[in-house]
Amino acid sequence: MMWHHRLSRWDVKSAPYLYIAPFFILFALVGLFPLLYTGWVALNKWSLITGNQGFIGFGNFSYVLDQPRFWDAVVNTFSIFLLSSVPQMIIAIAIASVLDANLRAKTFWRMGVLVPFVVAPVAVSLVFGQLFADQSGVINAILTNIGLDPIGWHSERFWSHIAIASMVNFRWTGYNTLIFLAAMQAIPRDVIEAAVVDGASRWRTFFHVTVPLLRPTIIFVVITSTIGGLQIFDEPRMYDNFGLGGPDREWMTVTMYLYELGWGSQRNLGRSAAAAWLLFLIIVLFAVVNYAITQRISTTEGRPAKTRKVVAR
Amino acid sequence: MRSSLIRGAATAAGLALVLAGCSTSTPNPGASTAPSDEKVTLTVATFNEFGYDDLYAEYTASHPNVTIVPKKAATSNEARENYFSKLAAGSGLSDIEAIEVDWMPDVMQTADKLMDLSGDDVAGRWLDWKAKAATTPDGKLVAFGTDIGPEGVCYRSDLFKKAGLPTDREEVAKALGTTWDDYFNLGKQFVAKSGGVAWFDGADAIMQGQINQLPNAFSSSDTEEVLIPLDQNQPVKDMYNSILKASIDDKLSANLQQWQPDWTNAFQKGKFATMLCPGWMLGVIEGNAKGVEGWDIANAFPGGGGNWGGSYLTVPAQGAHQAAARELAAWLTAPEQQIKAFKAKGTFPSQAEALSSPDLLGVKNAFFNDAPTGQILADRAKAVTIVPFKGPQYFAVRGVLSDAINRVDITKKQTAADSWAQAVKEFEALG
Repeated sequence: MMWHHRLSRWDVKSAPYLYIAPFFILFALVGLFPLLYTGWVALNKWSLITGNQGFIGFGNFSYVLDQPRFWDAVVNTFSIFLLSSVPQMIIAIAIASVLDANLRAKTFWRMGVLVPFVVAPVAVSLVFGQLFADQSGVINAILTNIGLDPIGWHSERFWSHIAIASMVNFRWTGYNTLIFLAAMQAIPRDVIEAAVVDGASRWRTFFHVTVPLLRPTIIFVVITSTIGGLQIFDEPRMYDNFGLGGPDREWMTVTMYLYELGWGSQRNLGRSAAAAWLLFLIIVLFAVVNYAITQRISTTEGRPAKTRKVVAR
Repeated sequence: MRSSLIRGAATAAGLALVLAGCSTSTPNPGASTAPSDEKVTLTVATFNEFGYDDLYAEYTASHPNVTIVPKKAATSNEARENYFSKLAAGSGLSDIEAIEVDWMPDVMQTADKLMDLSGDDVAGRWLDWKAKAATTPDGKLVAFGTDIGPEGVCYRSDLFKKAGLPTDREEVAKALGTTWDDYFNLGKQFVAKSGGVAWFDGADAIMQGQINQLPNAFSSSDTEEVLIPLDQNQPVKDMYNSILKASIDDKLSANLQQWQPDWTNAFQKGKFATMLCPGWMLGVIEGNAKGVEGWDIANAFPGGGGNWGGSYLTVPAQGAHQAAARELAAWLTAPEQQIKAFKAKGTFPSQAEALSSPDLLGVKNAFFNDAPTGQILADRAKAVTIVPFKGPQYFAVRGVLSDAINRVDITKKQTAADSWAQAVKEFEALG
């Protein structure tokens, strides 16, 4: 009996871990191991074609940090990330609140916003390639028709970022809209009705009731889009047909830079791995900042009195 | 998901590295001649379109013991990544692997991982320069040539007429002269009267044509790559300056980058009058310029012959059926078969004998004003004399030059001198 008893206690204690183990085993294989192995590669002179050429310590890191191109890439990455994530978030919340209202054919509209997300990135880039072509693009044709100067979408750094950000937004706004919509529907209707009964305008209700209650979701979306945004690759790579980021690397992001080092002209996996680790560290830094902000916001949220006061006002 | 591409690449690389770590050099069991009636299954990996589909059936009909499993990659880049990661890993490649000339620097560097294909049956089969590019310094032939891209000059006869230039393709060939200066000078005459139409599409396209005429563009030795520092590479610097002078100062360039949407759309708008065009480009022009009348091709190329592109078949030494694979590869690349592939998909033959085949010489192209493209391209193939040496860093340096040219010609953000100075720095960063 003792044995059986002990076994069932062991079962109770360990079963949860066993159930989640497959995920962690898989993560160790395809997440942790490549991460550590990349770290090892970064410490060696490592060619894509001929393999490991010997240990060189932090040589690859100092090479990458010395390259103006790396810092250009960091700036480009943040610029594209901010230009895409900030408007995307605002537009997504706005669309979600419209979809949250009583519409005819709700499901149609709700599914409709997700359509761009389903379109293959390659197709998106083909369409946007025609829109943003410098000499023959649709947008420049419109601009010249209304008497404005055409924009150098592929020659001006800032405008290339705007164009890429619009591709990113096209794909991801609908996705985030649905997440926000789900969160909005989880907001108890009586809270909003109470605000309306108290005479709060629609704007006021939206900004002072809906948005504060969306905070956890906003944080979630910010974190996921930070991780995704800093690793942005597909859209800028397909912004032209060469995938290098322009003749002066006007729109080369960090992931494109590490791809160029490893698989492009140099075929130097060591340097590429070093750039990958630097990107990893940047993202970790951001995650820490995010965490700090999250902590702050969640404590604000822990004070329901404030929310009630706002509603009551 | 946004990063799925890079993550996929990273995972693939991780696997490649793991596999590379534990690869062992196994002796080649297949190197011994196998009895010809033994049942074998051969995998053949190609990319894009080699025109082999019907040939496989024909081969298996005459060799009932052979089963062919074709693998077709969508792009040569995809095939390239697969090729080199599995070559390094020591297993996983097909029995026959197609390669593109752009990979040759890496292929030749890893030639010891490929079967030596030389033999009396294939001696003298290819144009000298085609075979020479696949021969190691110690005389091993590691790849059988399939197709090539001999270059002529495509031109718009209607635009030529408007600008008062000859329109007949033989007169145009004469007017184009023999040197790049001749080509640029005719261009100056043209743009003086063309009313805004440029002479060629873009400066880098001209660089592509010229650089392949240098036997050794970036290295001081042609057995092993010894890079010449870019700031001391006078021939390349002169080439760079003369092309940009013609493009910008003389306004010969339409400032278009090949393969970009602007370039593709420019065919419809008739923004330029000539283009350096390898055989495979004819189809590209026809597709882009659909409905435009006036394209023709002249049997001429500035600065001597030129070749752009082409492919080979290799037999990796890791394969289990090398003898059978070599037999199939030799058959596929024989002149008769290559002619059939040419008829099916337009891959222009690299085999000397195929160039005098009536099947090839009789080919005319309706879109190019019924030009005898078979005859013209065969002549252009014979005009090629130089096999440029391309070491492991060749394409890295070429990329630096492309960027430098495009900063002046396409984005117009820098002067030729500033852009060159930046290219010198980028060249140094490659080391």
